[in-house]
Amino acid sequence: MFETSVYLDNASSTRLDERVMEAMKPYFFEVYAVATSEFGYSMGIEAKEALTGAREKLAGMLRAGPEEVVFTSGSTESSNMAIKGVALALGKKKGRHIITTKIEDFPVLHSARALERDGFEVTYLEVDGDGIVDPDRLGEAIRKETILVSIQHANQEIGTVQDVEAIGQICMDRHVLFHTDATHTFRRLPIDADRVPADLITISAHTIHGPRGVGGLYIREKTPIAKWMDGGYQEFDRRAGLENIPGAVGFAAAAELVTFDENERLRSMRDRILDRALTEISATTLNGHREKRTPQNANVTFHLVEGESITLHLDMRGFAVSTGSACFSRSLEASHVIAGIGGDHERAHGSVRFTLGRYNTMEEANAVVDAISEVVKSLRKISPLGKGK
Amino acid sequence: MSKFPYSDLVLEHFKHPRNVGEIEDPDGKAMEGSPACGDMVSVHIKVDEATKTISDIKFQSYGCASNIATGSIITELAKGKTLEEAKKITWKQASEALGGLPPIKAHCSVLAVEGLRSAIRDYEERHGLVAEKVPTTREVVEKRLKKVMNPLSGLDLVRTKLVSEIEVKDGKVKVVIDLPPGHQFANAIREEVVEKIEPLWDVEEVEVVFTE
Repeated sequence: MFETSVYLDNASSTRLDERVMEAMKPYFFEVYAVATSEFGYSMGIEAKEALTGAREKLAGMLRAGPEEVVFTSGSTESSNMAIKGVALALGKKKGRHIITTKIEDFPVLHSARALERDGFEVTYLEVDGDGIVDPDRLGEAIRKETILVSIQHANQEIGTVQDVEAIGQICMDRHVLFHTDATHTFRRLPIDADRVPADLITISAHTIHGPRGVGGLYIREKTPIAKWMDGGYQEFDRRAGLENIPGAVGFAAAAELVTFDENERLRSMRDRILDRALTEISATTLNGHREKRTPQNANVTFHLVEGESITLHLDMRGFAVSTGSACFSRSLEASHVIAGIGGDHERAHGSVRFTLGRYNTMEEANAVVDAISEVVKSLRKISPLGKGK
Repeated sequence: MSKFPYSDLVLEHFKHPRNVGEIEDPDGKAMEGSPACGDMVSVHIKVDEATKTISDIKFQSYGCASNIATGSIITELAKGKTLEEAKKITWKQASEALGGLPPIKAHCSVLAVEGLRSAIRDYEERHGLVAEKVPTTREVVEKRLKKVMNPLSGLDLVRTKLVSEIEVKDGKVKVVIDLPPGHQFANAIREEVVEKIEPLWDVEEVEVVFTE
């Protein structure tokens, strides 16, 4: 194993901020009781207050009411809850048709597939070459039986940001519920329930230097959603299970620590990686939209070479990045996102995702381009596809 | 053993692959795989007419670390061997010579072994050393499927009893795999089966069916 000195896989997970750790600590060692009602014992009431405080902070950032935010175990659970919860609530009453896109992350995509097996119909909208959903196409796809539209705010691999305001407006006009997965945009780009007419929003702490294992689901007031995690009456009787109070406190603290300046800093590092990689290295393709993308995501295909070889060479040099290559994936399948934007297998295999976080520096952004430039050159030398490159 | 999936030898060959390149005017050459499957290996050989030994061998790889390392080791194993000896080099031997490869990577690394065999076959065909084309039968298909690795175990599909049915009729081949269609590796296995069976000279269509 090699020592990782430059971590550029912040879309997968982030380093916890020490300040978040400090905020969480008391809820492990001092106030470790279950959150009780106000008629419980003191430590339980204190725990309850911490949970309420965290909820209020996050709700404030989403411009939502506190009772509209439910804590979950992360974005996977949030998206499952949103999609399956609505399907359970409306499947028999209104209809069994759901609309999503081809490039969603697995929690949404696989929840939709699971519902298909239960007899629901799912429309998977196409996206354009940059990964953008055409709102008009969505309008055409909505039917009388459509109960939910689930379209991500930004993509997990290529960073493309959707026009969720326009999408949400269409859903509102057509009286269809709208869920958006904001795992990669919450606190990085503005998203608030006031402006974006979303009924359900998935958020997570693990992408913003918070603890993993805690996420949230915004549920607009009066949204029909069935409870499917059965147990006690926690989270306004919407999601049973002992509350993860340190997690909730950490999530709120992490969310508060993200600033406008930080996002601008990530954006400038992102631009440096993209500009340099696309101009200094031959046979490259940008994946995702150049402007409409999250500040932390750069994704480039280095043609004629395979991604796992690139990541291993970079790993040996201390860099951690990710690739859409089949060899890297757990299912041995090439990225469905690159396929979704019209890329072939070769484009997916050579795609490399760099995702930035709080602890990265401009020096590192430059260093990774220098390293990848050398690595790609040496791999092309041994590639039967790489003649003349 | 460390948690890292690759042995030091694999990493060494990955970092410094031996015998890379092409041979000008080769006696036999082959290209296995395709950009679609994510891995390609080309093998060029020079053969000593008198002794029928491989006097020089070069490879190129578009692929992951195991693919590159196997390509490299296979050239070392084959150099100086007779064609008959070289034909018998197996993936297992290549893997052992590298200190072991992870089972999930078998399908990427087996290509180099195939590449070597195909380059030898190419030499034999050019020199009139092979018999005529044989029609595709159930047995031929099964033999080919023995080269498709089951990512769950690193052993082939036939040996791990994942192939429950093979049907060959009028240029159409149907293969039934005993896995649910939604299985983690279903699509990857489908692609590989098609890739192995489709090139057969008298096969026009390959259908891969998964059972529930």
